[in-house]
Amino acid sequence: MTLVGTIVTAIGTVFLFLGGLGVFRFPDVYNRLQAGTKCTTLGAFLTIIGVGIMEPTWFVKCLLIACFILLTNPISSHALGRAARKSGVPLWEGTVLDKTGEFEGYQKAGE
Amino acid sequence: MSHLVFVTIIGAGILLCLFRMLKGPSSADRAVAVDTAATVTTALLVLLGFVFKRYVYLDVALVYAVLTFIGAVAIARYLEGGL
Repeated sequence: MTLVGTIVTAIGTVFLFLGGLGVFRFPDVYNRLQAGTKCTTLGAFLTIIGVGIMEPTWFVKCLLIACFILLTNPISSHALGRAARKSGVPLWEGTVLDKTGEFEGYQKAGE
Repeated sequence: MSHLVFVTIIGAGILLCLFRMLKGPSSADRAVAVDTAATVTTALLVLLGFVFKRYVYLDVALVYAVLTFIGAVAIARYLEGGL
C-alpha cells in the first residue's frame, strides 16, 4: 500500500514541477495559463490522492480536497484567461487563429 | 527519505512560478503565476502534513484552496474592469 501511494505521489510531483516549468518558459499568457492549469490540476490530484493511499485514515479528507481542486481550478483559470483577453493582453506572434475579436466586449488583441 | 525528494521538486516548481511572478510583463501574467503557485502550495501542504504526521495540515490545505479560488475569481473580475 505504501509503495502504491509513493508511486502515485511521485507521478503527481513530477507533474507539479512541469507545471511550474511551463509557467516559467512559455511565451504567452494563454500558453502559460494552459500549462499552469492542466499540469497542476492533475499533479495536485495525484499527489493528494497518493498521500491518502499512504495514510488510509486520512483518505476521505484527502479525497475532499482533491475533488475541490478538480472542480474549482478550471473555473478560476477560465476566469483569468477571459479577463486577460478582455483587457487586451497581446497574443504571441505565432498564434494561428483568434476569433474572439468578432464578439462584443472584446477589443482586438495588442491594442 | 523519498519524501524529502518530493518536497524539493515541488519547491523548485513554486520557485519557477515566483520567478515568473517577478518577471511577468503584464499583470495577467502575475495573476496566473500566483494562481499556479497557490495550487502547487495546496498539494505541498498535504504532503508536509504527511511528512510531519500532523492531521491539522489537511484543514489548512482545504481552507487555502477555498481562499485561493475566491481570490483568483476576484482578481479576474478586477482585471476585466468590472469591480
